[in-house]
Amino acid sequence: MTYDEILNLEPFAIGREEKRRLMTAGLSELTRHHQQQCSLYGRMLDTIGYQESAVKELEDMPFLPVRLFKELELKSIPQEDVFKVMTSSGTSGQQVSRIFLDRETAGNQQKTLVRIFESMTGAKRMPMIIVDCPSVVKNRAMFSARGAGILGFSMFGRKRIYALDDDMHLQLDAVRAFIDEHAGERIFLFGFTFMIWQHFYRALKESGVHLDLRNAVLVHGGGWKKLEQEAVSPEEFRSALREVTGIPRVVNYYGMVEQTGCIYMECEAGHLHASTYSDVIVRRGNDFSPAAIGEKGILQVVSLLPHSYPGHSMLTEDEGVLLGEDDCPCGRKGKYFKVLGRLKNAELRGCSDTYAARF
Amino acid sequence: MSEAAALPPFSEQALQFLSVLSGLALKDAEGHVYPDVVTFGFWCRKASLMKQRAMYDDLSVRLGRGVVFHVAPSNVAVNFAYSCVAAFLAGNASVVRLPSKKFPQVDIFCRLWREALAQVPELQQYFLFVRYGHEDEVNARYSSLADTRVIWGGDETIRRFRQYPLKPRANEVTFADRFSLAVIEADRYMASEGKDALAQAFYNDTYLSDQQACTSPHLVVWFGERTAEARRAFWERLHDLVAKEYDFSAVQAVDKYDALLRLGAEMKLRQVKMEDQLVVRAEAEKLTPRLMEVRTGSGFFVEYIADDLAELYPVWGTMTQTVSYFGFTSKEIQATVMAGCPRGVDRIVPIGHTLDFSLFWDGYDLIRSMSRVVGVV
Repeated sequence: MTYDEILNLEPFAIGREEKRRLMTAGLSELTRHHQQQCSLYGRMLDTIGYQESAVKELEDMPFLPVRLFKELELKSIPQEDVFKVMTSSGTSGQQVSRIFLDRETAGNQQKTLVRIFESMTGAKRMPMIIVDCPSVVKNRAMFSARGAGILGFSMFGRKRIYALDDDMHLQLDAVRAFIDEHAGERIFLFGFTFMIWQHFYRALKESGVHLDLRNAVLVHGGGWKKLEQEAVSPEEFRSALREVTGIPRVVNYYGMVEQTGCIYMECEAGHLHASTYSDVIVRRGNDFSPAAIGEKGILQVVSLLPHSYPGHSMLTEDEGVLLGEDDCPCGRKGKYFKVLGRLKNAELRGCSDTYAARF
Repeated sequence: MSEAAALPPFSEQALQFLSVLSGLALKDAEGHVYPDVVTFGFWCRKASLMKQRAMYDDLSVRLGRGVVFHVAPSNVAVNFAYSCVAAFLAGNASVVRLPSKKFPQVDIFCRLWREALAQVPELQQYFLFVRYGHEDEVNARYSSLADTRVIWGGDETIRRFRQYPLKPRANEVTFADRFSLAVIEADRYMASEGKDALAQAFYNDTYLSDQQACTSPHLVVWFGERTAEARRAFWERLHDLVAKEYDFSAVQAVDKYDALLRLGAEMKLRQVKMEDQLVVRAEAEKLTPRLMEVRTGSGFFVEYIADDLAELYPVWGTMTQTVSYFGFTSKEIQATVMAGCPRGVDRIVPIGHTLDFSLFWDGYDLIRSMSRVVGVV
């Protein structure tokens, strides 16, 4: 099946057996493709003794630790076909992932995002409030995860404003005027979880202003790490925003720059869902065997999308738990799960260096 | 402290003080639960020190250098105590920057030192133990006082302390990041009754320090005819021990898997699969200097099958510190090293003893590095 054909399938309507067949066949084909086109990937498969004939189950597909995309230049296309290079966000000095896209893979990322987004929010293009500052997307030479996320989701915006200025101050008058201008229309708010909390919710709360967003949908992603430090749970996040805006639907998503497009969005029941185009496998830490439903483990993400780089099967550094498959109360088919945050760092002994790290 | 006399190495004062300290350490109720405190106690016994002393034939013309400033590693409890004892045996007073991490052993040592000094109060001026944060001013001050600076803790710490100038006459002993390896003769291993003991010994050399100690082997080279059987027997025993004793976390499994694939991307390497990720093994087709950079930790081992010890030359660069062995004699290994004239290999020790402290450490003779010769023409 071509990826276009796969995309024509409904995003959340395929049951377990069919999904497994689709994934295993598609991933085997992608693995073969990358093995032939990316010599580093090919050698890695040789190292672990991968043999296609030994693949019986979806879980038998080989996977790469996502960190490798920070350490190696992994691409399955000639340099002249590189259309853009996406990088993960990282503070200066940190290594960032580099994801090489050709036009085809970049286009498929967009199409995939549209399929998942529209199905999950029931929306076409809407007036859009971006809860971030305009400068984050200005430097297009470097596609940071935040900038890429905003640009990616901007295609769902018909008219757009940035809610923050470059000093991260909420532009209350402009936002109000925008809401008034679009009274009666459904408004789409988008931003990174921490930005929304810090610079949108807090600013509204402190100034005592109530915005009327009763007919809006908020989509946010980027991880809970910073909010966890402040002990804000997803439920508190939702109810806090509802308190200052009356917003009825707050949708978190899980995704990463290494698999842009194939995001996992929260349903009405608050569960992250795998779409037809990708899947999650939870693996046990001690032997990488697949974990049972309800059992914590390392999240692996697989996707039929990545063609220009070998990122179709990756072991993340996130901990997660599978909640169920095909039986979410929201009615969607497929696996649904929860992300529990980053894997805990082990405090290693030995006489290696920890002095410098603490400066 | 600036008035403390420079003593001769293995001075009467030092031997007397250390035997008091040893006695206290060995009968300390609180210290008893920490094997590293007990080991230290044994190491400082008079008999043990006399044996060390016998390795020196020039003591009568040597004196200490003055003040030694020790920067202890932040994450190992007992190094500072050995470092300080070595400096004292060499004839010096010590300023010790204690580990930042609060180990119970550090508190025990401080107490033992106080108790010992109460018996020999005239030696008070030879010891100053301090604990402070990452304060430039203090680091600079102690560095400027030192006649010898000893830095444990690896490359980054050394780089950091190199910013603080030493006196023109001062010297420095630095313990940088190192690579270590093990060699095993398969036929003698198969004939050995002590397979379980060897697994425990190897476990102590590796997993006990998360394979992060500079002495922990990362490469295991096999010799002999029966390597296939020996490897199976060896790694299975190790695995069972790790499964029983080691606290393994998911992030370590990911680290090792990442290391395996990253290395596999650049060289001919084949994973030797085990039932889980507790012990991760990869067989290299060739020994190259690149392997000395592979220090993953948490139980990641590169293996190689060789016919001759001399084949190890490519991994005997400046990075390489300890060669631990089974089924060889130290003499065979030493002869091969000396014949090959490599820039690395500073210690040759039986498997299980890689962490045993000795006055010859990391290529330094600590007594001679921290003392001087009174030359007569």
